[in-house]
Amino acid sequence: MEKLIEVRDLKKYFKTPHGMLHAVDGVSFSIEKGHTLGVVGESGCGKSTLGRLIIRLLDATDGTILFNGEDITRIKQVKKLRRQMQIIFQDPYASLNPRMSVRETIAEPLTIHGVCRSHKEVEDRVAQLMETVGLAERFADSYPHELDGGRRQRIGIARALALEPEFIVCDEPVSALDVSIQAQILNLMQDLQEQKGYTYMFITHDLSVVKHISNDIMVMYLGMVVEKSETDELFENTLHPYTKALLAAIPEPEIRRDRKRTLLTGEITSPVDPAPGCRFAARCPYAKEQCWKETPALEEMLPKHFVACHFAREINGIMKETENEEKPAI
Amino acid sequence: MEQKKKKHSQLREIWRRLKKNRLAVFGLCVLILLVFLAVFADVIAPYGYDEQNYAETLQFPSWKHWMGTDNFGRDILSRVIYGTRISLQIGFISLTGGALVGCILGAVAGFFGGAVDTVIMRFTDILMSIPRTVLAIAIATTLGPGLTNAMIAVAISSVPNFARVVRASTLTVKDQEFVEAARSIGASNARIIFRYIFPNVMAPIIVQATLGVGTAIILAASLSFLGLGIQPPTPEWGAMLSAARTYMRDYWYMVTFPGLAIMLTVLALNLFGDGLRDALDPKLKK
Repeated sequence: MEKLIEVRDLKKYFKTPHGMLHAVDGVSFSIEKGHTLGVVGESGCGKSTLGRLIIRLLDATDGTILFNGEDITRIKQVKKLRRQMQIIFQDPYASLNPRMSVRETIAEPLTIHGVCRSHKEVEDRVAQLMETVGLAERFADSYPHELDGGRRQRIGIARALALEPEFIVCDEPVSALDVSIQAQILNLMQDLQEQKGYTYMFITHDLSVVKHISNDIMVMYLGMVVEKSETDELFENTLHPYTKALLAAIPEPEIRRDRKRTLLTGEITSPVDPAPGCRFAARCPYAKEQCWKETPALEEMLPKHFVACHFAREINGIMKETENEEKPAI
Repeated sequence: MEQKKKKHSQLREIWRRLKKNRLAVFGLCVLILLVFLAVFADVIAPYGYDEQNYAETLQFPSWKHWMGTDNFGRDILSRVIYGTRISLQIGFISLTGGALVGCILGAVAGFFGGAVDTVIMRFTDILMSIPRTVLAIAIATTLGPGLTNAMIAVAISSVPNFARVVRASTLTVKDQEFVEAARSIGASNARIIFRYIFPNVMAPIIVQATLGVGTAIILAASLSFLGLGIQPPTPEWGAMLSAARTYMRDYWYMVTFPGLAIMLTVLALNLFGDGLRDALDPKLKK
């Protein structure tokens, strides 16, 4: 399969009064055309920053982003990129201009890029987009504050689809919605992917959401990737202690007394000028001396299953494959 | 059609809240009356503003001359009515000019931040550190007396207020996600400022403008009073006060009525402006 997005050692540091905040620190991955990569992590782990870096809403401190094989990390004509990469935002209450009607919001990208030749054509395209995302035509002249969260998010999706991009970053598109509406929106996004072959990067803090729509999952902790593999593999053979804790946090609809739960204690380490060592060490139940000294590299511990942990093999009882250790992490 | 209806419903909501505020409604009524007087001054005023009658100089208010006459025998009521025209004109035109410049400066400063922000805001700080009247007098003196120059002076002195208000509002709006969304679909900075920022900072601008018209009228009247603004015989209220001040001890009505006209106009604008602020932003009211 062809790689649409390839990211190598991407870094984004923010200057703060207390020092450099390492929001994204050496992240590498790739997404194949038509696939969905789920990016999971708790608030503040840099997953949203990562999404914005890739579509160039933010400029990277270091590293490279390849889109269709072309290096776009420092490209100047960002406007051209906008037609190929779009984003769906988390909060449909904040991401729509309250002074623009639904029609105006969806027509905005069409007007900016001069895609349509006539006013009539814009109108037709807006109507078509509204139908695609399941918005009744009668809402065309409504304002966002008159609509519920699900409908607003559909507007956001229609806006992202208007330019027919290849790649869409979905930044927690359902986390602000009711559970029943979450399912509707997720189904819509999946249907759209099947029909048009979109490639998604799906950012979420909720593993259960990402499980259903991702081909691959990447788990982030404080700006770094801790585990990365195909979705089924990740859920079957969870290797990293942090991913285990995340999985344990998914509520189950039945009561089982014998259910083993890894509960995390302690505070997140500060991402400002982090000391070397595993960033998860402060909360890890298995942390040993080595964890505080060396930053673990992302290693392929099982086929196509990458983990960044010094003791993942020990914890999970995996035999080290001979001399396989030094294999590059992609 | 439907779009109109929706836009109306937002306006209607504002109107409903405004109606509840009696003082604001009073202010609005006075304003409508003043605009009416200004427009139809030719029909309403019993005499011409420069119609001199030396047989009837300095007359006490009577049925013939409701507000008396001045030292040239001109009817003060007529002059006050014609004065409405001049004062409202100065107030609105100069304020619109000042508001336009101030809004753009404020939005640019707030939106781009950094060095641009520093330069613009320090410049407005300098303007603000000079008392408004003194600033207007300085500008009017430099440009020379006259209606246009008075308006320019008033306009320039109202720029810093707008720049500050708009900058502050821009700062709160520009970090909202819909601005980022606009960027993500490739909107240019100018488009973001005009289509995304301005419509969302309109409320404070409108309030500032309504309150500012009152100040502008007073400022213009002050300039005219000092002889730097409108020149006689044009019936500007400030100029009338200035001309009448030598007669003040014996003929009180010569200064009282133009003074009352200024007071009433500014009071009406302030009451309406306050009401409008509450109506536009119900969150401000507890």
